[in-house]
Amino acid sequence: MKNSRRNFLKIAGISALGFGVEPVFDAFAVSEGQEEIRRNKNALTGKRWGMVVDTRKIHSSHDLEPMIEACHSIHNVPKIPNENHEIKWIWEEEFEHVFPNKGNEYLDERNKQLPFIVLCNHCENPPCVRVCPTKATFKREDGIVMMDFHRCIGCRFCMAGCPYGSRSFNFRDPRDFLSNDETDPLFPTRMKGVVEKCNFCAERLAVGKMPACVEASHGILAFGDLNDSDSNVRKLLKSNYTIRRKQSLGTGPSVYYIV
Amino acid sequence: MNDKKWIITGLVIFVMIVIFPFLPNFGKAVPVPEPELTPEAKAAGTCVLPKAEMKAGHMKILDLWRDSVVRKGKRTYVNDSGKEFNMSLSSGEKSCIGCHSNKAEFCDRCHDYASVRPYCWDCHNEPKEKKL
Ligand code: HEC
Ligand code: HEC
Ligand code: HEC
Repeated sequence: MKNSRRNFLKIAGISALGFGVEPVFDAFAVSEGQEEIRRNKNALTGKRWGMVVDTRKIHSSHDLEPMIEACHSIHNVPKIPNENHEIKWIWEEEFEHVFPNKGNEYLDERNKQLPFIVLCNHCENPPCVRVCPTKATFKREDGIVMMDFHRCIGCRFCMAGCPYGSRSFNFRDPRDFLSNDETDPLFPTRMKGVVEKCNFCAERLAVGKMPACVEASHGILAFGDLNDSDSNVRKLLKSNYTIRRKQSLGTGPSVYYIV
Repeated sequence: MNDKKWIITGLVIFVMIVIFPFLPNFGKAVPVPEPELTPEAKAAGTCVLPKAEMKAGHMKILDLWRDSVVRKGKRTYVNDSGKEFNMSLSSGEKSCIGCHSNKAEFCDRCHDYASVRPYCWDCHNEPKEKKL
């Protein structure tokens, strides 16, 4: 066949047509099988998960212990005696450390001695996520600031970035401090060299359960969707005066405190 | 000059040294291990994908699963024949270890043979071993 401009255009046209119909064939190829990845049917979903801590219901450390215990036991958080190596997902802190920029010289007696409960704030604008070089820490679509331990290289930029001290680095192998029968087989431990923190119980929300601390809190903690104006948390925020930690930094914490 | 004697002895010693590491296994091919199935797995009958695809590609599935669970919050996998799986390496029913709870006889035996050492178990909990 003699090569001519006309023939060339014909072939080019037919090839272009081929590319054009390819997506259609792809669609057929997929619909043949029914391989699918999806959420569990009973998963709790939200646009921006948040928490309200009603500090009026706290009387002493005794009220906070069950929440800490519930969280730390299901997530295999070890109790390491050396304070420098400590791992914390949720813990107790005094007013002047929780709200350092709200510390009046003469604070009322109650707040002065009251133990507060603190955890990761799952910020709207999380500085830890901005600094993570591997995207090991990232913000999910439902607002949870997650750790992907598979990607963490232990650089600890996120710890420097977090203004709340919510993150702990594993200086030691956590398994050295967890006995076999203490370890919850349903949640992986971590290993030496990764950073960890609260995950708002993403693994429990995925199967329709509330976070463990909320369940153990006897009403001190409320958890819900801050984006939904009818949610329990929004109702609490509407009818109570609340404060957030270091709000002026612009991180947009999702944990509110009724004081 | 006649150093033939020394040269031959030297050569024999050299050859012995070279083949020494291979002698203990000489003539005994290590049999390819046959992964053992637990009663749970046998009852289920099939894996996530057909056996050949699992054998060659289980690490890719695990990679897909962990990204989808941790990063997208999607934890249910439905395969071509409509069977549902819990997208988890180590926790609960219908996870890898839920069916292959005999990790030592299943995963490890094959990995030892292939000289693969996945580091997953530094964090993921090993199943409490059951004897078959
Ligand atoms: C519902 C139970 C079940 C689950 C869940 C399951 N398997 Fe399997 N698996 C089986 C069965 C049954 C076979 C044997 C299939 C056959 O013989 O056709 C098998 C075979 C395999 C094989 C091939 C073994 C060989 O003989 O070469 C590998 C590798 C494997 N599974 C890995 C996995 C991994 C990794 C996971 C998790 C992603 C997993 N399996 C989840 C039941 C299961
Ligand atoms: C039939 C033999 C066989 C069985 C059974 C098997 N594996 Fe593997 N696995 C392999 C081989 C071979 C490789 C390495 C493949 C490569 O490097 O390309 C591998 C690689 C892996 C990797 C990736 C490791 C890495 O460092 O990249 C993971 C994770 C893994 N296997 C998990 C499992 C789990 C979990 C089971 C048991 C449920 C299992 N395998 C059972 C043969 C097997
Ligand atoms: C530094 C600790 C660590 C290491 C190492 C690790 N994982 Fe994970 N992995 C986790 C944590 C924590 C989760 C989150 C569990 C959850 O949300 O239920 C997880 C979740 C997963 C999930 C989905 C949920 C589940 O329960 O299994 C898969 C699949 C997974 N990892 C596979 C792997 C594989 C394969 C390897 C090895 C190549 C590995 N992981 C190594 C800590 C680790």
